[in-house]
Amino acid sequence: MSGNKDSYYLPTPSHWPIVGSLALLTMASGVIMMVNKISMGGVTLLAGVAILLFMMYGWFGEVVRESESGKYNKQVDKSFRLGMSWFIFSEVAFFAAFFGALFYARVLSVPWLGSGDTMAQLWPQFVASWPTSSPGVEQVSGPGSMAKFTPMGAWGIPAINTLLLLTSGATVTWAHWGLIKNNRSQLVIGLFMTIALAIAFIVLQAYEYHHAYTELGLTLGAGIYGATFFMLTGFHGFHVMLGTTMLAVILVRSMKGHFKPDAHFGFEGVAWYWHFVDVVWLGLFVFVYWL
Amino acid sequence: MMSNLIKKIGGGLALAMYSMLAQAEYAINFPKPVTVIAGQIYDLHMITMWIIVGIAVVVYGAMFYSILKHRKSVGHKAANFHHNTMIEIVWTTIPLLILIGMAYPATKSVLAMRDSSNPDMTVKITGYQWKWEYDYQQEGFKFMSVLSTPRDQFELKGTAAKNENYLLEVDNPMVVPVGKKVRILLTANDVIHAWWVPTFGIKQDAIPGFIKDSWFKADKAGTYRGQCAELCGKDHGYMPIVVEVKEQADYDKWVAEQKSKSAAATQDTNKVYELAELKSIGEKVYATNCAGCHQAKGEGMAPVFPALDGSKMVKGPKQAQIDIVMNGKAGTAMSAFGKQLSDTDVAAVITYTRNAWGNHTGEAIQPSEIKASRK
Amino acid sequence: MEAVHDHGHEHHPSGIMRWVTTTNHKDIGTLYLFFSLIMFFFAGSLAMGIRAELFQPGLQFMQPNTFNQLTTMHGLIMVFGAIMPAFVGFANWQVPLMIGAPDMALPRLNNWSFWLLPMAAILLVGSFFVPGGAAAGGWTMYPPLFIQGGLSGDMTIFAVHILGISSILGSINIITTIMNMRAPGMTYMKMPLFVWTWFITAFLLVAVMPVLAGAVTMLLTDRHFDTHFFNAAGGGDPVMFQHIFWFFGHPEVYIMILPAFGIVSSIIPTFARKPLFGYASMVYATASIAILSFIVWAHHMYSVGMPTAAQLYFMYATMLIAVPTGVKVFNWIATMWEGSMTFETPMLFAIAFVALFTIGGFTGIVLAVVPVDIQLQDTYYVVAHFHYVLVSGSLFAIFAGAYYWLPKWTGHMYNETLGKWHFWLSMIGFNILFFPQHFLGLAGMPRRIPDYALQFADFNMISSIGGFMFGATQLLFVIVVIKCVRGGTKATAQVWEGADTLEWTIPSPAPYHTFATPPVIK
Ligand code: HEA
Ligand code: HEA
Ligand code: HEC
Ligand code: CUA
Ligand SMILES: [Cu+2]
Repeated sequence: MSGNKDSYYLPTPSHWPIVGSLALLTMASGVIMMVNKISMGGVTLLAGVAILLFMMYGWFGEVVRESESGKYNKQVDKSFRLGMSWFIFSEVAFFAAFFGALFYARVLSVPWLGSGDTMAQLWPQFVASWPTSSPGVEQVSGPGSMAKFTPMGAWGIPAINTLLLLTSGATVTWAHWGLIKNNRSQLVIGLFMTIALAIAFIVLQAYEYHHAYTELGLTLGAGIYGATFFMLTGFHGFHVMLGTTMLAVILVRSMKGHFKPDAHFGFEGVAWYWHFVDVVWLGLFVFVYWL
Repeated sequence: MMSNLIKKIGGGLALAMYSMLAQAEYAINFPKPVTVIAGQIYDLHMITMWIIVGIAVVVYGAMFYSILKHRKSVGHKAANFHHNTMIEIVWTTIPLLILIGMAYPATKSVLAMRDSSNPDMTVKITGYQWKWEYDYQQEGFKFMSVLSTPRDQFELKGTAAKNENYLLEVDNPMVVPVGKKVRILLTANDVIHAWWVPTFGIKQDAIPGFIKDSWFKADKAGTYRGQCAELCGKDHGYMPIVVEVKEQADYDKWVAEQKSKSAAATQDTNKVYELAELKSIGEKVYATNCAGCHQAKGEGMAPVFPALDGSKMVKGPKQAQIDIVMNGKAGTAMSAFGKQLSDTDVAAVITYTRNAWGNHTGEAIQPSEIKASRK
Repeated sequence: MEAVHDHGHEHHPSGIMRWVTTTNHKDIGTLYLFFSLIMFFFAGSLAMGIRAELFQPGLQFMQPNTFNQLTTMHGLIMVFGAIMPAFVGFANWQVPLMIGAPDMALPRLNNWSFWLLPMAAILLVGSFFVPGGAAAGGWTMYPPLFIQGGLSGDMTIFAVHILGISSILGSINIITTIMNMRAPGMTYMKMPLFVWTWFITAFLLVAVMPVLAGAVTMLLTDRHFDTHFFNAAGGGDPVMFQHIFWFFGHPEVYIMILPAFGIVSSIIPTFARKPLFGYASMVYATASIAILSFIVWAHHMYSVGMPTAAQLYFMYATMLIAVPTGVKVFNWIATMWEGSMTFETPMLFAIAFVALFTIGGFTGIVLAVVPVDIQLQDTYYVVAHFHYVLVSGSLFAIFAGAYYWLPKWTGHMYNETLGKWHFWLSMIGFNILFFPQHFLGLAGMPRRIPDYALQFADFNMISSIGGFMFGATQLLFVIVVIKCVRGGTKATAQVWEGADTLEWTIPSPAPYHTFATPPVIK
């Protein structure tokens, strides 16, 4: 394959996609086995993750090599940009499903449960409020028996985490400026600080979960509040971890001297993703923790 | 070969058409309404349908005219026009106006059908897998209503001749007085069901954990039939609804009967039964409530529905079995029968399972024990 | 030509590995189409099981639970395994050809989008063989019923996840290709309508597939991780699932019809030998349908007991969709008007599409009227409605497109006589199969039941006979395709007299690499 800048780069046949597909099938089988208490589920899941990592290493490695050897022209670069933007759009839609669940419960279904015939006939003790203990709280057995919990306050760890993430958004932008000015040390230091902030965020989040489970009685099973709380913050946390991994990859690449002031889609893609994670967090902070 | 196949299929088709004509009654439209709302729905459907038929005549008319006349084989030469703003505005506006015309009467009937205020009576209806419970809260009694078509008419490869109201008959129908506005409060115990009686124009989902209401006012005495209309598991097709609309006097008589029946049932909780007596009550309870899943001979349907014949739990200490029958098991189809059955029935069915088929514990569980476990 | 030349030196795997590792849009398009055909036969066989059981009252062949499994898997596999992949297959083949691009924008990703599908199929088809059998809660997967299921429920959930990833990646690729790979001079308003419809469909997919993923994720956690999203005892609501599902589900049905609109809009002008009438208004109508599709979802839920105001709102919004859809129907007829029509198989299927899809659309309007839908919800009237839009809509458009482009893909003409037989038998069989179901629904037969009251016997028997006829007819299609791939009259580059989009400027069969140097559009 030549580095012909006039024609669109068409990759040669690749075995990475099928490896990725097998990885997902293995992972899915692993989880299915685990949740159904079939033995070896965990091992299967780990094997799947290992194959997936292998695939990502191989696939992204190939893309990086092609990029560094100058095979991509402006049009290819634009394809990557568009692809990444629409991928982030799809992620927004994914979070929208859970935000939708949160709003639906807060605005509609919880008030319904605590009023009118539904309350009179089925849940006489239930007081509709948010955060909620659940209508089934008085039951002794059967579905819905759950302990009282204390909801998570906004102005402790979550506020600190908001600051951490906002700062990390700034540092990654600062690193980007460094890259554009071709100031490599600013680039590396900026990325390094971003990753440090991200790790601090993850550690605090982990601590918060621990605190919720051991002291507040706030668990996945803590009614609709617990369910939406952990789903939203959990998927967000998962995205932070992904983002952090991606940041680490571009840090290593930056240290190796990759990226040029005028061509660094790899960097920008990760930066966009990081900002997206940031914005989602702001939504979480406002609607899950604060209001 | 091809033509042979066509002959066969054609023959079958002709036969089917013939049998259709031969049968006196076959329905191609809504059944005859017996409530005002069902009447409105009937009319609304007719209006909508004729509007649509009208549009279809115009659309197909133009299309088939063009197909016939503007074809190459009759030597028609192609024109070359490709837009015309005027006509495009016209065919955007006209459908819009037609739709507004359709929406207006529809809105009026929606408002009418959703107005459940000032009812003459209220009945709470609960859907269970696969039966309905009618709770006459003001009158103070409730009962279960289960399909009454004998199993041998519908089980796999069953050959027994089918009843006239095959699959649309129940043991205890709901009974209401004629001409009274009946408000129903619907909920479900396990999964979503839907209470549907076509002649009343009423279909309402029964959502577990929520009460949804609806109402009807039947204008004519008679027996009206319907079915569960939301997929609710394997016996979704075997969950009919029968409503008997009676004259007020007959209705009052029926209410009095029900009241005395339920009083009798509460009294005998303290009675001590013989094993054989419990077994024979239990056999009936089992057939209506349990056989759907655990099967008539207790063999179950592996792996979802465990066999009770030879089950460790059924042969073991009774407390565990009382617990699962009374409280069900979360996340499975096994529901809490303590809420559905009387103490006597629970005691009887447990006794029966512990002494039927290959199970011979010889134990008789008394209603008082069940009552005690309700704490 | 340089890029083409370069490929000559590359090591190209042969045999099965060619197909597994390919990054060529034509190979991948072919893979999609074959996959979809196999899945169509599988899901169709399940439908034959349904029709056989419903041939007579009483249980003839299977237990009720098995019947529910057939219905559920028939719906899921037809939607996600047959119809959607077929359209993606068309997109892969045709979008680059129609906009003058050398390939899809992200070829490796393209391969991945396809090869995720068989993995999902393994989970779905495999679920028939695990203890307890396949999922039986309907393709809509409503909790709490779906939560009661066994192992297969989890397999279905993960299959949906994988299918979702596949669709999202595939759509990103299509959007990117259309935005970034158009040949010089190919402005948006010069793109063939098929490209436009797919462009808009891809937006719908990227927006709603993640929502479905979210919904089934909540099902999974409700099943296994103690959450109570859909359980009132924990403050959740089973109806919430329905809202989230249909927020996906309604756009989903347009995902299955917009590309069909595109195919038909390519075929009718060709055989009428006359330009498409109202190109611009077709584009705007498509966009309007897509936008409206986001705000009508609860018309599937009129009977759950929503507030009255919500019912009314959803009724009005739903009825509005008839307006842009009507514009499309009228434009097709105006395209035929004063044309010089011939009636080869693609045209026959396209005309049948317009006629029968319109019937399905009309019954959709009947269902949109709240009080009428209260009677018809969950009856066979709904089944009739959606098979008119899905079978004589989406599926017929797929057949039309296949006959239309097969000569371009294979380089051979298909057998016109067999094609016509396939059309007429399908047309007749289809109507015998689904028209009587309107009557069944009106008379009160619920859907998803294995056995029914005696007054429904006759129409069910007719419907089943039509079903077997329609099903058997589809074997003809396979014969036509196989014959066409293996040989036949050589096709010219232009193939059809009236065809004028870019793909007809290249030889038939289309060379492995096309438009390496972009054509210039005037
Ligand atoms: C390709 C798929 C497809 C398409 C295109 C449509 C199109 C439409 N559908 Fe359909 N629908 C389904 C697939 C589809 N549907 C499926 C799969 C289900 C069932 C899901 C399940 O429960 O399993 C369903 C169910 C369904 C319901 C719920 C029924 C119920 O469960 O109770 C409703 C109710 O409003 C509805 C309405 C409509 C409407 C108004 C349109 C409109 O878009 C139609 C518009 C078209 C026309 C109207 C014809 C052309 C127009 C003219 C010629 C102009 C003049 C016309 C007038 C003025 C009327 N559909
Ligand atoms: C998306 C597209 C799609 C397509 C193309 C079809 C195609 C068909 N469908 Fe449908 N169907 C759905 C989508 C689709 N369906 C959905 C979404 C549901 C709802 C599911 C639910 O309720 O959850 C449904 C539900 C549904 C029902 C209702 C089931 C119930 O409520 O219990 C029925 C019943 O008749 C039915 C029949 C058919 C038939 C006979 C065909 C035929 O067109 C199929 C023809 C194809 C073949 C037959 C295969 C090819 C041929 C062979 C394998 C050769 C052998 C042939 C013979 C033995 C004759 N389908
Ligand atoms: C809707 C289906 C259904 C009905 C009706 C039903 N059961 Fe069950 N039953 C189940 C299921 C499913 C289980 C398995 C629960 C589990 O996973 O442990 C079960 C378990 C049991 C068990 C425990 C068996 C064992 O070996 O663990 C007993 C005892 C039992 N049921 C008794 C009854 C009785 C008595 C009735 C009638 C009054 C009844 N069931 C009605 C579905 C049902
Ligand atoms: Cu109860 Cu269907
Ligand atoms: Cu819809």
